[in-house]
Amino acid sequence: MSSIVDVPRVDPAGRFPEPLRLVDDHGLGDKIFRRGVRLAGLFSLLILFFIGLFLFLQGFPALRRAGIHFFTSSGFQTLGAHPVYGVAASVVGTLEVAAVAMVVGTPVAVATAIFLSEYAPTWSRRSLIALVDLAAAIPSIIFGLWAVFEMQPNVVGFATWLSKHVAFVPFFRVNSPPLNASLFMAGLIVGIMIVPIVASICREVFSLAPPGEREAALALGATRWQMIRSVVIPFGRGGIVGAVMLGLGRALEETIAVSIVLGASFRISPYILQHGGSTISQLIAVNFGSGGKLGLQDLLFCGFVLFVMTLAINLAASRIVNRSRSGAGIEL
Amino acid sequence: MTTDSDLQSTAPTEPVPITSRAESVSSPGLGPGLHSAAGGSLLLEQPPRPSVPRPKRLPSPIRPSDIGGPDVVVLVAAALSSFCLVWVVFYQLTLLSGIFGFLVCWYALFLTLVWVGTAQLVERQAATDRVVAVVVVTAAALIVGIVVFIVVWVAAKALPTMHWGALFTKDQKNFQVAQTDALAHVGILHAIVGSLEQVLLATVLGVPLAVATAIFLNEVGGRGVRLVRTVVTAMSGTPSVVAGIFIYSMLILTHVLPYSGFAASLALIVILLPSVTRVVEEVLRIVPSGLREASLALGAPQWRTVWSVVLPTARSGVVTAVLLGVARIVGETAPLLFTAFGSQVLNANPFVHDQGALPLVIWSDVRQAQPVLIDLAFQAAFVLMSIVLVLFVAARIFGRTKGKKGKATARRPADDVLPRMFVPVPMEGDPGR
Repeated sequence: MSSIVDVPRVDPAGRFPEPLRLVDDHGLGDKIFRRGVRLAGLFSLLILFFIGLFLFLQGFPALRRAGIHFFTSSGFQTLGAHPVYGVAASVVGTLEVAAVAMVVGTPVAVATAIFLSEYAPTWSRRSLIALVDLAAAIPSIIFGLWAVFEMQPNVVGFATWLSKHVAFVPFFRVNSPPLNASLFMAGLIVGIMIVPIVASICREVFSLAPPGEREAALALGATRWQMIRSVVIPFGRGGIVGAVMLGLGRALEETIAVSIVLGASFRISPYILQHGGSTISQLIAVNFGSGGKLGLQDLLFCGFVLFVMTLAINLAASRIVNRSRSGAGIEL
Repeated sequence: MTTDSDLQSTAPTEPVPITSRAESVSSPGLGPGLHSAAGGSLLLEQPPRPSVPRPKRLPSPIRPSDIGGPDVVVLVAAALSSFCLVWVVFYQLTLLSGIFGFLVCWYALFLTLVWVGTAQLVERQAATDRVVAVVVVTAAALIVGIVVFIVVWVAAKALPTMHWGALFTKDQKNFQVAQTDALAHVGILHAIVGSLEQVLLATVLGVPLAVATAIFLNEVGGRGVRLVRTVVTAMSGTPSVVAGIFIYSMLILTHVLPYSGFAASLALIVILLPSVTRVVEEVLRIVPSGLREASLALGAPQWRTVWSVVLPTARSGVVTAVLLGVARIVGETAPLLFTAFGSQVLNANPFVHDQGALPLVIWSDVRQAQPVLIDLAFQAAFVLMSIVLVLFVAARIFGRTKGKKGKATARRPADDVLPRMFVPVPMEGDPGR
């Protein structure tokens, strides 16, 4: 074994010519070890790079053929002499599903997080957290099954009621009667699916709120809600925003549950209660293998669009969560 | 939550000390003015105690979590009256229908009545507090209820039609539409074998890579750590459908691999790798650095330190990570659509030809209009769910730390890191920190 410190050479005058220096060399074994794990780390880099590269390269012909119409038209008729395809309806549908999911999921998730970190009795907290986390572990295909067979029949009545009595809100208007398999239903199940995710992050951020300030608020006579409103939530605000964005990333990418629930149609409309719709991931999952070569390229480029969208959102969200975790940017 | 009787009894008995104490604090009482400087000044500039005659016996302490008799009365009364009112309005006057709408209206009215009731009996601040408590409890109960409901529902749908013998020994090639007791002739053996092989291959290939990446991030460090960390976080947010078409476009479209279980396992690695890396990194982080230093001081090289000290110490955490990772990928459907492609017959060789998988069986069978196939899809869902549940419970058992209570190091990895398996929760040390 080589020594980890350079043995200093003493010059004739008896002084050390140079200070002691730590040497970062532990022999061949460590060299191999360090190279090896660095390679493993760089492998992730390679995968991410290849995802972007291959989807772009293999899908690019579809973009080149359609030009700007790829983003302005919608459909999946790639066979025949005059193909019509594009992501317009799918992008809009993705955003609509995600919007419904966020509107439904965020309040429930934040409330659940507040319950878990502030209200849950200590003896039950661990098991409750486990149950909420279990919701994140349930495969999305099982959520999809549940949504179709159990949730949808019970919610259609409510959707009908919304379309009849709240139709002054433009989103709730309906042109034709069937109200199942709509973007609203898809958004609802995705909203349920993101709750455990957003709740976990919020809970973590809430539990970091300083105990001194909490106790100070309570000691001054604040009710528990006043304490939460004046200490816990301001402290965790950045974390909530980041958590919601991470939930949004998850809502944008959800494939299987949406594909099972949603009836496919390429109609751009703000009427979310109406039957049918399309999202990017649903477009890919449902139409794979049915559109010939051009269809395949179209789907691959759709995948690239989805990849870039989620990548941007997730990275931005990570930044926000981390900044809030470190305590920067918090003004109580 | 304070009960109203407590509030009223404290207020008159002990007013003087409270006000004099509050004046000594420099910052205004509640709201955004709270910061730690206020706590400091309280300690430093504490004035001499005011000589106010104290009552001999202090009133019993107010616990914020106490729910007294009046609260229960208000809650029950509000629930009952709102139920009756909504029932009258909903079914009798407006002739609406649907259990969901009824519940929504009932709940909204219930909250209003709780607020009004508490505001009448106690006061408005307490009323708001009470309403928030009810909302928060409902939200958590809703999610927990849905989870329990889904688990029970899948079991209830699957078990009555279950044909245990056939399910685990037959594949779907003998399916005939007009057959009586068709479920005795079809099973999901092909899917179980397929899922097993795909997940096993992905785990065997992916976990060492993930552990090595985590070691690079936490133990070795050096150039590229920040970049790799960002990439791992970004990768963990990769849509699962993108993982599938990525492997498809890179390997299958270019004829490197056929549709096969192995291609599927490569797609699963894209999902498994970042998730397991993040959890293992988190686990390595809580290995006390004294152990590493002791090993290095004894002259062990770093690889030996990691292999014989760090990893054994973090063993339970790594096992948790692997179990959760498997639980995560076993239910992934989207990556398999483009790689394993699905098959109705048993194919035990993961390297050639299409292969079935549990999620794929559910995905394809539930979209058929055959009651038998839908039953089979539910049975597959039940098997999948059981696997996920067993892995989840096992992960929690392994993740339980055996450290002494109250120690700062006795964090429970399973509690803290579980969400990292399913969302791109940023790792500490990410950019922005």
